Amino acid sequence: MKVQIDFERCQGHGRCYDLAPGLFGEDDEGYGQVLGHGLVPPGEEQAARLAVANCPERAIDVHEET
Amino acid sequence: MAVDERFTQDYRDGQGEEPEGVRSEVVTGPVSDWASDFSHLEPEWAADPYPIQDDLRQRCPIAHTDRFGGGWLPTRHEDVTAIAYDTERFSSRAIVMSNYRPPLDLAPVGGVPPISSDPPFHRDARRLLLPAFTKSAVAKREAATRAYCHELIDALEGRRDVDAAREYAQHIPVRVIADMLGFPPEDGPRFRTFIEHSLEGVNLPPDERMAHMSELFDYLLEQIRDHLDHPRDDLTTYLIDAELYGQKLQPQHVSGTMALLLIAGIDTTWSAIGASLWHLAKTPADRERLVAEPELLPTAMEEFLRAYAPVTMARLVKQDMHWRGADMKADDWVLLSFPAANRDPAHFDRPDEVVIDREVNRHVAFGLGIHRCVGSHLARMELRVALEVWLERIPEFTLADPAAVTWAAGQVRGPRTLPLRIGRA
Repeated sequence: MKVQIDFERCQGHGRCYDLAPGLFGEDDEGYGQVLGHGLVPPGEEQAARLAVANCPERAIDVHEET
Repeated sequence: MAVDERFTQDYRDGQGEEPEGVRSEVVTGPVSDWASDFSHLEPEWAADPYPIQDDLRQRCPIAHTDRFGGGWLPTRHEDVTAIAYDTERFSSRAIVMSNYRPPLDLAPVGGVPPISSDPPFHRDARRLLLPAFTKSAVAKREAATRAYCHELIDALEGRRDVDAAREYAQHIPVRVIADMLGFPPEDGPRFRTFIEHSLEGVNLPPDERMAHMSELFDYLLEQIRDHLDHPRDDLTTYLIDAELYGQKLQPQHVSGTMALLLIAGIDTTWSAIGASLWHLAKTPADRERLVAEPELLPTAMEEFLRAYAPVTMARLVKQDMHWRGADMKADDWVLLSFPAANRDPAHFDRPDEVVIDREVNRHVAFGLGIHRCVGSHLARMELRVALEVWLERIPEFTLADPAAVTWAAGQVRGPRTLPLRIGRA
């Protein structure tokens, strides 16, 4: 599973780094950042799905297959 | 020290007594039909806007009013969302629906940048503020906020009946914002007056409204001058020194942004804290669960923000157009009801129920798109800390008199009187 932020859509609500701090962080202006390469480690899948489902801007893409 | 000539004279001089813009007739009194004569300033709306919005969503869904010189009220999530994203057709030149439309040439900056700004200026003005409002920046204020919440509760010691809106919720954002802007904490009561004038006084005669706004800007100019004499590490000094396009900010930009932070930072959070406590006071099962499971609070808090979203924004239509069935005219207002969007059954299961463990909650309490509330991380920190401390110190409370609860009218809605009885019912 892999997550990715669409920077055209992200407005810095921060729901991703609130809900999945192991996968996302903030930049200097509060926009979301994927930590590392976005590969979701085992055990973090639920956090990743929550972050995706709660993003008000629908700015997070998740690829289940990778 | 060099004199900053931007603020030596009153930069508002020369603008004349009567600023340009369009004034419309003030219309008040009972609403005849919410679909064609809505007003968010009438007591019925303030007391409980949700049944009105639900009814409009089913039968309308975009209501109209001739009040305020003409305006629209979309109630569906998809319409509110579309307008929030469409900065081409909807301007933020004014964001408080009133009987005065500022002149067109106030765009793209607006009176209180960046909330009143349109692209492309908006982005640059907003970037000046973002670093001070990130989650990690506001986390540095958490300890002081928590200590202050405890102080407020200490002061209630021994009391059985308290007003949680006036004696608790209100004071928290006042203190936090005063501290961030570097204003004297004892000026808090004045901020409350400024807020009432800005947001609740929109149907006052325009001259009276202008006089009130002048009082606010007189106060801000006083603070700016004090900061010029005594620069310090706060947002006021930061804005005085800030540059955009290689130049210091226009004086109106400095004071306008300060006004925005002062007004938008206070009664919004005050409303969210108050509405959450109101809900918990009348819902013992939710209150008991949060006392027993404090780790659920961040999830519950998002649900309070969804169900009782305090903020409604406004836009101005740029040009005549037919928009989703509505014949919109240039300079018509659009009331952008995030509260109505948050209760749209097309978007949320059981929208009228407060489900404190709702895990998927894509609510729009802080807006959407380029104008996402710049203070959302600050508001969330304050709301969480305020509720944590209250529930820790006062785990048992009920509404002392449900009929005595009063709610602010206008675009920011929350309890302004909230009598609670402490202890077992």
